[in-house]
Amino acid sequence: MSLTTFLQQCLTGISLGGAYALIAIGYTMVYGILRLINFAHGDIFMMAGYFMVFAMASFPWFIALPVVLIVTTVLGVSIERVAYKPLRSAPRMSVMISAIGVSYLLQNLATYLFTALPMGYPEIPVLKKVYQLGGLSASFVTFLTPVLTLILVYLLMTLIQHTKMGMAMRAVSKDYETASLMGIDINRTISITFAIGSLLAAVGSILYFTDRMTVFPFSGSLPGMKCFVAAVFGGIGSIPGAVVGGFIIGIGETALVAAGQSTFSDAFTFVILIVILLVRPTGIFGEKTTNKV
Amino acid sequence: MKLKKILALGLAAAMTASLAACGGASSGGNSGSGASAGGDVIKIGVFEPTTGENGGGGFQEVLGIRYANETHKTVKIGDKEYTIELVEVDNKSDKTEAVNAANKLMGEKVSVVIGSYGSGVSIAAGQIFADAKVPAIGCSCTNPQVTQGNDYYFRVCFLDPFQGTVMANYAMQNGYKSAAILTQLGDDYSSGLGSYFKTAFTELGGTVVDEEQFQTNQTDFKAVLTNIKAANPDVIFAPSSITTAPLIIKQARELGITSLLAAGDTWENSTIIENAGADAEGAVLSTFFDEAEPANAEAESFIKGFKEYLKANDQSDIIPAVSALGYDAYLAAYNAIEKAQSADGEAIKEALKTVSFDGVTGAVSFNEEGDANKDMAFIKTVQDGTFKFLTTTTING
Repeated sequence: MSLTTFLQQCLTGISLGGAYALIAIGYTMVYGILRLINFAHGDIFMMAGYFMVFAMASFPWFIALPVVLIVTTVLGVSIERVAYKPLRSAPRMSVMISAIGVSYLLQNLATYLFTALPMGYPEIPVLKKVYQLGGLSASFVTFLTPVLTLILVYLLMTLIQHTKMGMAMRAVSKDYETASLMGIDINRTISITFAIGSLLAAVGSILYFTDRMTVFPFSGSLPGMKCFVAAVFGGIGSIPGAVVGGFIIGIGETALVAAGQSTFSDAFTFVILIVILLVRPTGIFGEKTTNKV
Repeated sequence: MKLKKILALGLAAAMTASLAACGGASSGGNSGSGASAGGDVIKIGVFEPTTGENGGGGFQEVLGIRYANETHKTVKIGDKEYTIELVEVDNKSDKTEAVNAANKLMGEKVSVVIGSYGSGVSIAAGQIFADAKVPAIGCSCTNPQVTQGNDYYFRVCFLDPFQGTVMANYAMQNGYKSAAILTQLGDDYSSGLGSYFKTAFTELGGTVVDEEQFQTNQTDFKAVLTNIKAANPDVIFAPSSITTAPLIIKQARELGITSLLAAGDTWENSTIIENAGADAEGAVLSTFFDEAEPANAEAESFIKGFKEYLKANDQSDIIPAVSALGYDAYLAAYNAIEKAQSADGEAIKEALKTVSFDGVTGAVSFNEEGDANKDMAFIKTVQDGTFKFLTTTTING
């Protein structure tokens, strides 16, 4: 393998990892607070793709971008209100089943509304400009994805560590009943968590689809699954863990394909899941928790 | 409390009634065997994916079948006029779902089945049709195994060994000496066509410099394409579904790959041009049908009528080849029913063996394997945002 090919593969892997990381954060945040694996997260990501298709059809890109971010956030929060909130005191399993239901609902709704034919993702000229660097060739979005991911994660960490809202989130994730006794508005905190998760999914969706160019009703399912693995790998509930997990999955997958083992690229992701659950169930950055009896 | 009881009673009554109705219907079907099965209606099963990976293409095939059903609504058996009713099921582009869908069709007691788009699901369901002695007519399933060893499976399209050879010939004749092959893992159509292309291409003296595979529903092809770029082939042969094709095309161009992109019949679909845009320019593919070159009078009237039909259904007015094949498969079923003078599966199967008519994709008749006797393929390229007819190729054998 020549150096150029190697560098090109590295770039692909890092960029893919960045997009995975953004989605994985959504899984990890919701889990951290609600102890719920939000199976609909991948489909919110897919819906954000469709929103972009329609937003770009009516607005220029600089208006379309905020519109997509807002609409996706509203979708994420309303899903929480409609499908999860009424089950707040129900067993955790019921909420999870509700999440699976929402996932199927979104997929089939998209099939019904937009047909199963893949739709072309609109091009944002700035992001799509192809740059040549020696033998490397990639569009701007490929370079932008990892950088933007790190910036967003930094902002998110600051929010969680240094603001009142962040403190409330940490409190709710530690102990949800006590937090509510201390006067924290649980519902508001949870809504904000979903809003942030969906917002990041929308950003991830824009970066991911700009690079891959088509949206279809199932385009959220596999990335969603992989990002879930990334979140578990990093230690579900931990944001730096989700980021590291996202990058590792993205780079590992690309490396396997580059080595000519594309047969095993998906298997790799799920073998990681099994191994991590067997060896270190709390993930790399997960905290050891003792169950309160 | 009382209300609940009444409701429960009502429900129970309704269930008993519906059970009784079911029993009645099936016994009626059994007693009235032969030509008169099911009263004045003959049911034709439509076994196609309308969701899942091949949902888009499958739907276009369904449109062709529905249109044919509109133009050929009734069939005469003896003196009696029968209405043909389509029973549509969705096999979801999935081999497991395909088996369920096929069983559902058998439960509906259809006389003949049309479909499916995608060879894998057709192969999976083939045995069910054979066991129930219901003939099936494939539209665009090009893998040889669909009809092999299955007396009840017919098809109106050409086969992958033929298609692979056609594309290999085209590449060699136009000076493309080295090829990379990119196929989908576990997909009978893609991997089958890829290997036939490879065989033909090597026999003709070309070299295959790289072979890569990708997963179903994969959307990122940069890694495999980077490998292909390093091998620097003249042509990349990438038979793939219409969902994946635009992704491969765009990502290849983005990585600066300038090789010719070639594929099989699936690529002839306006969605690919819509999604891949300017990057699709120059791609070459083989297909069953060309609306600019109507093969006969039937084709001419089909092109005119079907364009209207597409517009009425809010579709782009480029006729997809699979719709034409769907139409032909329906005609084959229609002709066979007429010839057999029966709605019985066994009789229709025998009639299909001898049926011969002018379809919109050329004359249709079946050989002993159940495959259409077709030896012509249209080669097209993408130019200025549409499919431009390049040449027809005829190969013997």
